[in-house]
Amino acid sequence: MEHAMKRKPFPWHLVVFLAPAVLVYTVFMIYPMVASLTFSLFQDAGNGRQVFVGLGNYVRLLTDPLWRDPFWNAFRNNLIFFAVHMTVQNPVALLLAALLVTRVRGAWIYRTVIFTPAILSAVLIGFAWKLILSPTWGIWLPLLDRLGLGDNEVAVALLGNPSSALLTLSLISVWQNVGIPMMLFLAALIRVPRELVEAAQVDGATGWRVFWNVQFPLILPTVGIVAILTFIGNFNAFDLIYATQGALAGPNFATDILGTFFFRTFFGFQLRPGDPHMGATVAGVMLLIILTGVLLYLYGWQRRVGEVQY
Amino acid sequence: MRPRWLSGLAAHAVLLGYSLLVLFPIVLVFQNSFKDQMAIFAEPLRPPTPETFSLEGYRTLFEVANFPRYFLNSLTVTVASLFLIVFLGAMAGFALAEYRFRLNTFLSLYLALGIMVPIRLGTVGLLRLMAAWHMVNTLTALVLVYTAMGLPLSIFVLSRFFAQLPPDFKDAARVDGASEYRVFWMVLPLVRPALGTVAAISMIPIWNDLWFPLILAPSDRTKTIVLGAQVFLGQFLNDWQAVLAALSLAMIPAVLLYLVFSKQLIRGLTAGAVK
Repeated sequence: MEHAMKRKPFPWHLVVFLAPAVLVYTVFMIYPMVASLTFSLFQDAGNGRQVFVGLGNYVRLLTDPLWRDPFWNAFRNNLIFFAVHMTVQNPVALLLAALLVTRVRGAWIYRTVIFTPAILSAVLIGFAWKLILSPTWGIWLPLLDRLGLGDNEVAVALLGNPSSALLTLSLISVWQNVGIPMMLFLAALIRVPRELVEAAQVDGATGWRVFWNVQFPLILPTVGIVAILTFIGNFNAFDLIYATQGALAGPNFATDILGTFFFRTFFGFQLRPGDPHMGATVAGVMLLIILTGVLLYLYGWQRRVGEVQY
Repeated sequence: MRPRWLSGLAAHAVLLGYSLLVLFPIVLVFQNSFKDQMAIFAEPLRPPTPETFSLEGYRTLFEVANFPRYFLNSLTVTVASLFLIVFLGAMAGFALAEYRFRLNTFLSLYLALGIMVPIRLGTVGLLRLMAAWHMVNTLTALVLVYTAMGLPLSIFVLSRFFAQLPPDFKDAARVDGASEYRVFWMVLPLVRPALGTVAAISMIPIWNDLWFPLILAPSDRTKTIVLGAQVFLGQFLNDWQAVLAALSLAMIPAVLLYLVFSKQLIRGLTAGAVK
């Protein structure tokens, strides 16, 4: 007893509090990630054995025409997908948030309605839009006729044409997710002190000027958060493309992004069997892309903008 | 300066216009799911009338696919995962906020990694692990993966809430001889709003996920509602009544949950992003 009093007892409560979370997280998140990265350094040698090939799989992915072409195609499409979100989704979200923060009547109704698609599965959203845009149903064919596009092949089957499918799916994704950045912008705008806005208004600044000169600079940290969340979400996207266009991301791989490319590589498609080693390699490259984005955000953006105080 | 009512009107016009753009596809799918095939194609924009009303789509749905089962699977997985995310997250968050110990900073950073890195990228390792443990096609596999996925943000948000609690209350309890576990139980109700927000923001990606059900639990016994809908929609591509019914039925529970939890959800969405 005397001994125990003198020495600090081992902090068992720390273990009890932390072990369950750390264990589940380590076994089902960190370990698989590490295992997957390790796995990408090996290749099947036949008869169930594996040989270490170093970065061989990565070299193959980036140089072998069989892998290189589909990989860059998916990467380029993913960049376009991201660019549409950055240039359409986030500005629209900012506009909606800027309008909502002026305390228009019924702001909470608008807010609730506009956020609704974001709580639905991309599978359902994708399919609903697929039906609406389908030439079979033809809901918007009368509208096209009026616009003089009734005979335009691309406009009639937006999801069926390689030239329009990716852009259409990007916009569907924007339509679904715009509520998320809108809420983040709104929360940031609400935190801007009212006195600052009112002072500017007293000085005779218009709503437009007040927004760009007073409110926007103060929510720059949120702009960065929205950008990095968009980036991570987009380079990890899969559900919408898979649900509407299938694993082949048609037409003719025009809507293939890294998520669908990863899925096909891992599980195979048509006559090509899946290759877990190359699948792990694609995942490794995706991880690298996302980490690059995160580091750019942390060091390039947050360091400079993060100190804004108000 | 423009008159105030004019700019107010413009704001309403934009917001109303966008709201209609949001509601149009959802309402369109929903109303057409109660119509017969002819009416769906002839006049898609008209709500069902007594003449065009039909539940044929829903009948097909219940005959062919086991939607109640899928729904139950989704509910089981989501509730179990949320319980673990919130409870384990609260324990860990409390420990990180309350105690100073050598590994504190390291553990906080280690656990925060998962906020930025998507768990999907470990799928190859995860599937091999689940296969080795004979857990493929079990709901347990999904629960464990979603728990691992949700814990980082849960711990991050909750530890900040625990850190804001005043120490007097806890110290008073300790002087009275309360164990650390008792102290935890005593402060847990104080962060109840935070627990609600964490549950609300963690819920959406779990309920809506297609990836892990597709890869870890694709059997008919373990299909979630999203995967069930996805498979059904693919098979019944040309039965428009059934497809519209499936879409509507899969949307309803999510919308209901949203209406119930929208307050927590919106608070959580904004709390999680505050630096």
